[in-house]
Amino acid sequence: MATKRTIEKSQPKLIPWIGNLSQAPWWAIIILLLGVLIVYFIVTAPAYQDAFLFLIAGLELTVSVTIISFSLALILGLIAGLGRVSKNVVFYTIATLYVEVIRGIPMLILIIYFAYVVTPLILTLLHWVGDTTLQSVTSGFLAQWAASLADINIQDVDLKIRAIVGLAFGYGAYEAEVFRAGIESITRGQMEAARSLGMSYFKAMRYVILPQAVRRVLPPLGNDFISMLKDSSLISILAVRDLTHLGKLNRARTFRTFETWNTVAFLYLCMTLLLSIGVRTLERRMSSDK
Amino acid sequence: MTNNTNDPIIQVEHVYKSFGHVHAVVDVSLDVHQGEVVFIFGPSGGGKSTFLRCINQLEKVDRGRIVIDGVCVTDKQVDIDKVRTEVGMVFQLFNLFPHLTALQNITLAQEKVLDRSKKEAEETARRLLKRVGLPEKADVYPDQLSGGQQQRVAMARALAMDPKIMLFDEPTSALDPEMIREVLDVMLDLAKEGMTMVIVSHEMSFARAAADRMVFLDAGSIVEEASTEELFVNPKEERTRLFLSHIL
Repeated sequence: MATKRTIEKSQPKLIPWIGNLSQAPWWAIIILLLGVLIVYFIVTAPAYQDAFLFLIAGLELTVSVTIISFSLALILGLIAGLGRVSKNVVFYTIATLYVEVIRGIPMLILIIYFAYVVTPLILTLLHWVGDTTLQSVTSGFLAQWAASLADINIQDVDLKIRAIVGLAFGYGAYEAEVFRAGIESITRGQMEAARSLGMSYFKAMRYVILPQAVRRVLPPLGNDFISMLKDSSLISILAVRDLTHLGKLNRARTFRTFETWNTVAFLYLCMTLLLSIGVRTLERRMSSDK
Repeated sequence: MTNNTNDPIIQVEHVYKSFGHVHAVVDVSLDVHQGEVVFIFGPSGGGKSTFLRCINQLEKVDRGRIVIDGVCVTDKQVDIDKVRTEVGMVFQLFNLFPHLTALQNITLAQEKVLDRSKKEAEETARRLLKRVGLPEKADVYPDQLSGGQQQRVAMARALAMDPKIMLFDEPTSALDPEMIREVLDVMLDLAKEGMTMVIVSHEMSFARAAADRMVFLDAGSIVEEASTEELFVNPKEERTRLFLSHIL
């Protein structure tokens, strides 16, 4: 086959690209055509136009929740990942417990749980702290602070924030395993060389192991970022006005099921495709230069 | 770090180390004095590397005591990082940091451990690169260097900490034959300058040229310990004689 292809290539062709038809990225072309079709509808058909204009308001929330949640998940994941490779029993146990528990619960349930169970629990705790402090302290800075604690209302905690916390904790567990795998992929000799130069464990991690490990796990992290963008649709269960929730509202408002969900799916697809192009470029750059 | 000049700079007393059921080091005692070059050899799996790694505590010993420059490193309270800056180590597989250039490999620990300024660290690094014969390789990444060059950069990296002792763990075993020379030459220079060195290796020619004392280690314990001259000319133990006849 390979020889045949080289012969074909060497012959001058009437239309240059026609010989490579089987190699063309047809899937991309089909997606592109579908995209063009939907854009065409959005521009021409009023029902689509209406849905589109209503829905784009949700993009901002979807994107901002994803970015903030993912940043937090990276921090959580890095800490938990370090715990997973730690020889400190307490640190290791806490990190492993976190990872195993979170990974065993569906993301949707985690989001509900953090929004409606964990947040009220924390607020109850804060109220209790505020009340007990007020009983013993009656004036001064501490009393003011305690009073403000006791006065926090459950409504003060925006559902958007609760959604972010749920997503971040949920994804943090997965990122922890990504970081752990990255750290463990670095040969033991690297840590030994760093330690033999007098670096502490944390300096060796910070300056020798992590820079190499993070580079290796950038592609899986990028994929998880895309996954999170998609999973952020789950927060619509909290009636946060993200893209999915606006989809539900638009359908209820107009009864245009077809147009609504076509547009929603199209918008998600646009974002994930753009991101996956980014991840691929990143991957290519990582493999070419060290 | 006060130390009587007559005391050995490394004192190893009855050290044991096992991995599961494998007894890697069994009751080894060894003194190394300032400026001495001690050459450890023996069959593979005889515990040479493990013993060497015990000295700077890359392996924790099961029993026994190791004192380096007056500091008992087997003591749990000791600040091992501080001791390790005085004990340079060169590894069989170089273990250079692949994400850093040769120069950065040498400056990293100077800046992060010894708190030297960037300028000072780079000056030291360039001086050492020149000394190991690689002044033009400062901005090159390790994967663009040959094995022998990598090992010389690794030596420069260890020397940058101004160590009092250098440990060599089979520094030439992973090298092509034509690169062994360049690494041994640097080690010879170091020995001549009076560096205290403990070397695990199979390079008997190097031992003959530079070692003050030789230690034959087999099955985790010292079979024979003697001056280089004596061990080559007149080995006392049958096992030493047998081993030497196989490799010489």
